[in-house]
Amino acid sequence: MNSDLVLRFGAGAKIFAVSLFAIVLSLIVFGIFVALSGVNPLDVYDLMYMGAFGSWFSWQNTLLRSAPLLLTALCTALPAQMGMVIIGGEGAFVLGGLAAAAAGLLLSDMNAPALIVQGVMVIAGMCAGGAIIASAGALRHWRGVNETISSLLLSYICIAVLNQMVEGPMRDPTSLNKPSTRALPDWAMLGNIPGMDIHVGLIFGLLFCIVAYVLMFHTTFGFAARMVGGNVRAARMAGLPVGRLILVVTFLGGAAAGLGGMIEVAAVQGRANATIASGYGLTGILVAFLARQNPLIVIPVAILLGGIDASGGLLQRRLDMPDASVVVLQGIIFVILLASESVQGHLNILGWLPRIKPRTSAVAAAKGAE
Amino acid sequence: MDETSIGWWGVPLAIFAGAIRISTPFLFVSLGEMVTEKSGRINLGLEGTLIMGAMSGYGIAYLTGSPWLGVLVAGLVGIAFGMLHAGICSLPKVNDIAVGIALMLLGTGLAFYLGKPLVQPQAPNLPSINFGWWSDLQQVQSALKINALFIIGVVLAPVFLWALRNTRWGLILRIVGDSSDAARAMGYSPLAVRLAATAFGGFMAGVGGSFLSLYYPGSWNEGLSSGQGITAVALVIFARWNPMNCLWASLLFGGASALGPALQSVGVTQGYYLFNAAPYVLTLLILVLSSSSHRHIAGAPGELSVTR
Repeated sequence: MNSDLVLRFGAGAKIFAVSLFAIVLSLIVFGIFVALSGVNPLDVYDLMYMGAFGSWFSWQNTLLRSAPLLLTALCTALPAQMGMVIIGGEGAFVLGGLAAAAAGLLLSDMNAPALIVQGVMVIAGMCAGGAIIASAGALRHWRGVNETISSLLLSYICIAVLNQMVEGPMRDPTSLNKPSTRALPDWAMLGNIPGMDIHVGLIFGLLFCIVAYVLMFHTTFGFAARMVGGNVRAARMAGLPVGRLILVVTFLGGAAAGLGGMIEVAAVQGRANATIASGYGLTGILVAFLARQNPLIVIPVAILLGGIDASGGLLQRRLDMPDASVVVLQGIIFVILLASESVQGHLNILGWLPRIKPRTSAVAAAKGAE
Repeated sequence: MDETSIGWWGVPLAIFAGAIRISTPFLFVSLGEMVTEKSGRINLGLEGTLIMGAMSGYGIAYLTGSPWLGVLVAGLVGIAFGMLHAGICSLPKVNDIAVGIALMLLGTGLAFYLGKPLVQPQAPNLPSINFGWWSDLQQVQSALKINALFIIGVVLAPVFLWALRNTRWGLILRIVGDSSDAARAMGYSPLAVRLAATAFGGFMAGVGGSFLSLYYPGSWNEGLSSGQGITAVALVIFARWNPMNCLWASLLFGGASALGPALQSVGVTQGYYLFNAAPYVLTLLILVLSSSSHRHIAGAPGELSVTR
C-alpha cells in the first residue's frame, strides 16, 4: 500500500516537474519574443505578476476569469478519459449561455421565485451544452465521425445560432450598437460569494471539478469509462455499455461548459450577446491538456491561466501591447508542453525518487491486503 | 441596386461568383492537407497557418507593393509552421491532433499580435482576369472576374492527381501513409517524408490565407478567418484524399458559403447568420454520411489517426 502511494506521488511529481519546466521555458521564449518586438521582458513579467496575483484585487480578477475556465476545461478533460479529443467547449459554452438566457427571461417574466429561475437556468444551460457535446460523442460512436472535427464544426454552428438569435427573434429592440437579448432582472442574477467580489460561479466550477474527479477516479462508473478509453474492444468484451458510457461522459463534459455559459450570462453579462463567445472555450482546451486531463489538477491550472488572462488588460494599458499577447503566450505554452511530453520518462529529472514498476507495486498492494 | 435589375437571376449568379471567390482558400488548404494526410498525418493547425499566411502576405504586400511577393512569403511562413508541426510530431509519444490544436492557438495569437499595425493600411490586391468582356451586364462582368490564384488551384488539382498516381514521389508518399513499416523496409524515412508533406501542406495553407487578405475580402482584420482552415481539413476526408474531389468539394463549399450574402443581395435577410453556418452544417452532414463505425473510410491512408 505504502509503495503504491510513493509510486503515485512519484509519478505526480514527475508530471508536475515536466509541466513546470514547460511553463518556465515558455515564459523564456515569450520573453525573447516580446524583447524582439521592443518591449522589456522583465517589465512584462512584473506586470503579469502584478495583474494576476499581485494584490487581493488582482486575485479576485484572476479567480473570476478562472471560473469559466474550470468548466470549459472539463469539457475536454472528461471525454479525454475515454480517449476522445473534444474541442467544442466554446460552442457548448455559448449555447449554454443562450439557453440559460432564454429560460431565465421566460421564467422571470412569469415572476417565478428567484431560486427557481436560477435553478432552471442552470438546468437549461447544462442540458444545451451537454446535448451538443453528447451529439459529437454519439456521432463518434455510432457513425465513426472524428469527434475533434465534429465538435469544432458544432461549435461554429452554435456561434451562428447565437448570432441569429440575438440579432433576430430574441433581440432587445433597445440594444442598438451591440445586439443582445433583454437583460435579466437583477433579482434573478447570481450573487457574489459573501465577503468577496467574486460571483458564486467560482464555487460551481470548483464543485464540478471535484465531483468530476471523484466520479472518474473513485467510482465503478469512472473505472468503466476509463476502461473504454484504454481499450474499447476489451471494454466491450467485459460487457460494458460502451455507447451509453460515451454518451454520459460527453454529456457531462458539455454540461460543464454549458454551465460556464450560464454563469457568464447570469453572473457577468446579465444578457446573451456575441461577447459570450470570447474564447473561454479555447483556453479551456489548453487548461485541460496542461492539467493532463485530470479534473482535480484543472483547478490550479485554471487559476494560473486565469491569471495570465487577467494580466492581459494591464499589459495592454501600461505597455501598449496588443491584446493578443496573452494568446501568443498560451500558444507557446501549449506547443512546448506537448513537445515536453516526449521528454517525460526519458529524462529522469527526479532521479532521487524510488523507481518502482507498477507491477511490483500492485503485487505489494495485494500482499498488504492479505 | 444593380442586382435587382436582373431580379432573382442575381442569386445563382452571386452563388456562382461566390463559389469561385470563397472556394479558393478552401481549395489551396485542402490540396495541401490532402498531401499531408496522404503521408499519414493530420495537421489541424492549418487554421492558424491560414491566419498567419493572411497576415504575413498582407504585411509584405503592403511593405513592398507587390501582392505576389506577399503570396510567396505567406507560403514560406506556412512552410515554417508546417515544419514546426512535423518536427514536434516526430518526437515520440506526441499526438498530431493535439499539436494541431496548439498551433491553431499559436498561429492565431501570433497573427493578431504581429498584424495589429496592419488593420488600417491598404495593401495592393491580387489581380483578376476578366472573362466577362462579352457581356453588357455589369453583374455578369463582375461575376466573371476570376482571380489568378483560383486558376492556379484549378490547374494544380489534376496535376496533383497525376503526380500521386504516376510519379516516384507520389508512390513514396502513398507508401509512407499506408504503412510506415513498409516504407522503412524499402529504405525511406517516414519522418522525413512526413516533414516534407506537412511543410508542403503548410505552404499551400499559407498561400490560401494570403488570398483572404489580398483578394477576397481583401483586407486584414481579426475576423478574417472563421474556420476555413478546419473546414478544409474535414473537406479532405469528404474528398476521399482525391485532388479532383478536393476541387469539387471546395466549389460546393464556396457555393454554400455564398448562399447567405447572395440571398441578402436580393432582399432576403431572414436567417442571414444561419446561412453563414451553412458550410459547417454541410461539412458535418457529409462527414456523418461518409463515415462508418464498422469499416475504414474507402481510400483512407492506413496510418491516418483521424480515421482509426
